[in-house]
Amino acid sequence: MINRDYIMETIGMVEKNKFDIRTITMGISLLDCASEDGKRSRQKIYDKITKKSEHLVKTVEAVEKEYGIPIINKRISVTPISIIAGSSGDSSYVEYAKILDLAAEAVGIDFLGGFSALVHKGFTKGDEILIHSIPEALAVTKKVCSSVNVANSKVGINMDAVKIMGDIIKHTAYLTREKDSLGCAKLVIFANSVEDNPFMAGAFHGVGEYETSLSVGVSGPGVVKAALEGVRGESFDVVSEVIKKTAFKITRAGELLVKEVSRRLNVPFNIMDLSLAPTPEIGDSVARILEEMGLERCGTHGTTAALALLNDAVKKGGIMASSHVGGLSGAFIPVSEDEGMIEAVKKGAITLDKLEAMTCVCSVGLDMIAVPGDTSASTLSAIIADECAIGVINNKSTAVRIIPVYGKGIGEEAEFGGLLGRAPIMAVNKFSSEAFIKRGGRIPAPVHSFKN
Amino acid sequence: MNFKNLRAFELAFLYEGGFMKAIVTIIGEDKVGIIARTSSVLSEANVNILDINQTVMREYFTMIMLVDIQKMNVSIDKLNEQLNEAGKDLGLSIRVQREDIFKKMHEI
Repeated sequence: MINRDYIMETIGMVEKNKFDIRTITMGISLLDCASEDGKRSRQKIYDKITKKSEHLVKTVEAVEKEYGIPIINKRISVTPISIIAGSSGDSSYVEYAKILDLAAEAVGIDFLGGFSALVHKGFTKGDEILIHSIPEALAVTKKVCSSVNVANSKVGINMDAVKIMGDIIKHTAYLTREKDSLGCAKLVIFANSVEDNPFMAGAFHGVGEYETSLSVGVSGPGVVKAALEGVRGESFDVVSEVIKKTAFKITRAGELLVKEVSRRLNVPFNIMDLSLAPTPEIGDSVARILEEMGLERCGTHGTTAALALLNDAVKKGGIMASSHVGGLSGAFIPVSEDEGMIEAVKKGAITLDKLEAMTCVCSVGLDMIAVPGDTSASTLSAIIADECAIGVINNKSTAVRIIPVYGKGIGEEAEFGGLLGRAPIMAVNKFSSEAFIKRGGRIPAPVHSFKN
Repeated sequence: MNFKNLRAFELAFLYEGGFMKAIVTIIGEDKVGIIARTSSVLSEANVNILDINQTVMREYFTMIMLVDIQKMNVSIDKLNEQLNEAGKDLGLSIRVQREDIFKKMHEI
């Protein structure tokens, strides 16, 4: 008979501490769906997605029930559409986004990622068309998510792309102004994006990937917080150990479930992404873990060190538990999706500058941050450039998902609903970066030696 | 359940390693008839009880049953529903989960 404490601990994690598998994401290659005729290409895309993921939702739900561990989202990631649509003669790819949305709706998944372009060095014709289609695509679809990789450690930062993305964010905010500029919540700008990330909005299925595969994103900030409550006042050696062990357990659960889904669907298991991803619910917050370590409020001095320890310990526990850890693995620090973070902003404990510092040690970047609607495109671009610099120099993924909420200013709040939550609008620096962003060109790849 | 894509060793693992076993947990206030009601649901589903372990901690009754579901005549989903229903009548929570999750999460 299995140790009863193990059983009670697992049940407690789900019941009390909101442990869940955040997402099972099916990656589908669309490389064979390119066609000179856009209409034909879209038909192939629709047919392929709906055929490959036909049984996804049903199977995931069955496994969820057998194990008694909730799996919150079922998602799909596809090959970056700029690569596929580039073969067609179309001058806008909005129709591609619409067909992806239809396919997502047909198979009953929550989100579909891959309306993406990789432009860290330069643009192809397809990349340019795709990027300019983003605002409308995000305004007319519900489930489609978009990402653009504008920098990486090997080639530097494409500042032309950084400049354009400022404008694209502004335009997306305007087109979705009725819903607090919700479109921007479905758009991520990356440095060092990864090809196997199951989390949205940045998921896409890279060209080096399988025909189809399954990746899983495991969450569980509440579980880590609860475990740390048991070691109050103990040293950081103990804290790190507790986080590692907890991360191990939740990773193992995720791996077991995804392998079962993979076996039933006969689709290879790709990677486990162990990311502490908060939700706006009480008891599911990363900020509260940092506070549990002894900070009065998330954002005060010491927050970066606390987050560094958390992020590292989570990775270590996850890597021990599964041979195939990938994606973004670490701790996410979105503002609107984290109840503790929202409160920290409201109390004035955390600013955009501190968040930027935290992104040096967290798993991704500036995430789900609402700023005033009148923030200029060049300021948004400059924020992206700063994040890219952090990622490129430190060899890590960084990203920006920022929402200049149309018509709103400091002191107001944007409401996105569901897992996306709500965000108090944060101040940006009032001085201009216009002339800096106007230069364009490329910031060269950094030297990765002589580290200091 | 579709076994046609399984390799022999995977099948062996499933039988030996526990897929055919599940854990039923009952948590709530102690009262008359908990075991009777639960085991009647299990027996109707042709589920064999292999081991029972129970304690009462601070008025809270917790019982863990190891059960064999190899010859079960309903789906695990359906069994869960029936147990939930019994749990509701008794005012406690009853659930069934595959056994391997507990091993996998807590053992290296």
